[in-house]
Amino acid sequence: MTLAAENIGVRLGSRQLLADVSLTLKPGELVFLLGPNGAGKTTLLRTIAGLVPASGRVLWKDTDLARMNIRERARLMAYIPQGHVAHWPVTAREVVAIGRFPHASSLSRLSAADDAAIDKALASADAQHLADRIVTELSGGERARVMLARALAVEAPVLLADEPVAALDPEHQIGMAQLMRQLARDGRAVLAVVHDLTLASRFGDRVIVLNAGRVVAEGEPLQTLTPDLLRQVFGINAEVLKTETATALVPWSRTNSNRSE
Amino acid sequence: MPTATNARALGLMVALALLVGVLCVVSLQIGSVPLAPRTVLAALAGQGDPVDVIIVRELRLPRTILAALIGATLALSGAALQGLLRNPLAAPSVFGAPSAAAFGAVTAIALGFADTLSYTLPVAAIIAALVSVAALFALAGASANILTLLLAGLALSSLASAGVSLALNLAPNFYAALEIAFWLLGSLEDRSFQHVAMAAPFMVVSWLLLLAPRSGLTALTLGEDVARTSGVQLGRLRAMTLIGVASGVGASVAVAGVIGFIGLVTPHLVRPLVGHDPARVHVPAMLAGAALLLAADIASRLIPATSEIKVGVLTSLIGVPFFIWLVLRQRSRDLMQVVG
Repeated sequence: MTLAAENIGVRLGSRQLLADVSLTLKPGELVFLLGPNGAGKTTLLRTIAGLVPASGRVLWKDTDLARMNIRERARLMAYIPQGHVAHWPVTAREVVAIGRFPHASSLSRLSAADDAAIDKALASADAQHLADRIVTELSGGERARVMLARALAVEAPVLLADEPVAALDPEHQIGMAQLMRQLARDGRAVLAVVHDLTLASRFGDRVIVLNAGRVVAEGEPLQTLTPDLLRQVFGINAEVLKTETATALVPWSRTNSNRSE
Repeated sequence: MPTATNARALGLMVALALLVGVLCVVSLQIGSVPLAPRTVLAALAGQGDPVDVIIVRELRLPRTILAALIGATLALSGAALQGLLRNPLAAPSVFGAPSAAAFGAVTAIALGFADTLSYTLPVAAIIAALVSVAALFALAGASANILTLLLAGLALSSLASAGVSLALNLAPNFYAALEIAFWLLGSLEDRSFQHVAMAAPFMVVSWLLLLAPRSGLTALTLGEDVARTSGVQLGRLRAMTLIGVASGVGASVAVAGVIGFIGLVTPHLVRPLVGHDPARVHVPAMLAGAALLLAADIASRLIPATSEIKVGVLTSLIGVPFFIWLVLRQRSRDLMQVVG
């Protein structure tokens, strides 16, 4: 019951976006994918989701995902893209119902089981009170929860989320991270791209660090995000602050103030 | 809740179907010989004055049937394009698909491949519409960017108009040019059951292709990545929409000329009542489109003028201001998003 990406490579024209990337993801764990801008995090997540043509393979329980049909695959993995876009002013419940597409023959005739899955997903994402609201009128935090509920309604064992906490206020960031950890505890495999190293090191079971299209480090967050790695990959110095109740990794300064980015 | 929405949508569809029925009867009444509703219904059944029977069954019935079929087909094309491109400003006439179809048909006539009553005509119109919609998809790409889409549409509709102008320019004589020009105005005058038989098969194909994959449009609400990872076969959905829109628009143009803006307007009329889920819009939009074109065709016969006002002119006169209003509404919405 493991998702394994093996030797993933993605080229776009003359640019090598990903090279020889391998990773595993097990049910019950929350893994954060880290890396500076342009490292290939989104490309990797989209490749695992089957959205990008790539060399190498992605396996689930020894089955190559390329051999699965598109609906089987949709039931295995739920993917939440960046930005939480909704193109039509539909209700939050209608958005969450889209999660049943891989199961239902038609979204206009949902079964009782589909309705139950939608209710459960709304509850798990703490979004029941938003069900009848128009999704384009929700705040960023509310919309993030509705998009998570849509992915949960798929009832897939694997959840892939691209920057689920971007543009959220601190309360909603912590809330979203706790939700993702709870989902992992409930038996899902969760892989999420984040930029917030503090959040990743606090809530992640593991982190995978990408730089220039390659995996450069992987493991338990605070052991992996060493001063050397943070300097080389992110160009920053970080402080690890300890109190009686908390240990926090806090990005503090740039190693080279002349660095343009 | 969904059940309430379903009930409301069903109620709306029943109401629209009744409206279409009433407008059909009115359409059969109106003309140089006005007839009472009772006379019309009797004549439909073949009873009463033989002259009335001929007027109703052979002159007015094909026109009425065509108005309903073309209205429904154009509205469905608009709803399908708006859903696929996730853009409320999308519609065949905005991108010049009807002009392209007209160019195809005119060229076929001019080159002597088709006369106005052969199946070659809709086929030529469909092929030209197919090229135009395919070019639009290629130019606008996968993005739902409104600006790219409208610019691509502008370029394509200009090209189609230029093609039609060329056909007019090269017309062998004045009368041929006049015939083409009148045909381009879009009219349902003097259409027979031969026209119905010529267009209906292609329209049915168009309906099947556009209605079958509509659940996929709902998933597209969250963008192409979510749709694809939800199991939507996007390539198939695009191809079905492309062929469906082209055969619907091509068949309509082949028998009635260019009748614009039904596809743009009708989805907007039904959305406030059935919600914005793109899959829910299709069937009510078809009924509303049938009602709208029937009403426009009735109006074209009632407006006093030396020659009958062409229905295509009428729909454009209503449709273009509506389009401008949509653009203005979109602009104020974008502005609100910038302000916060």
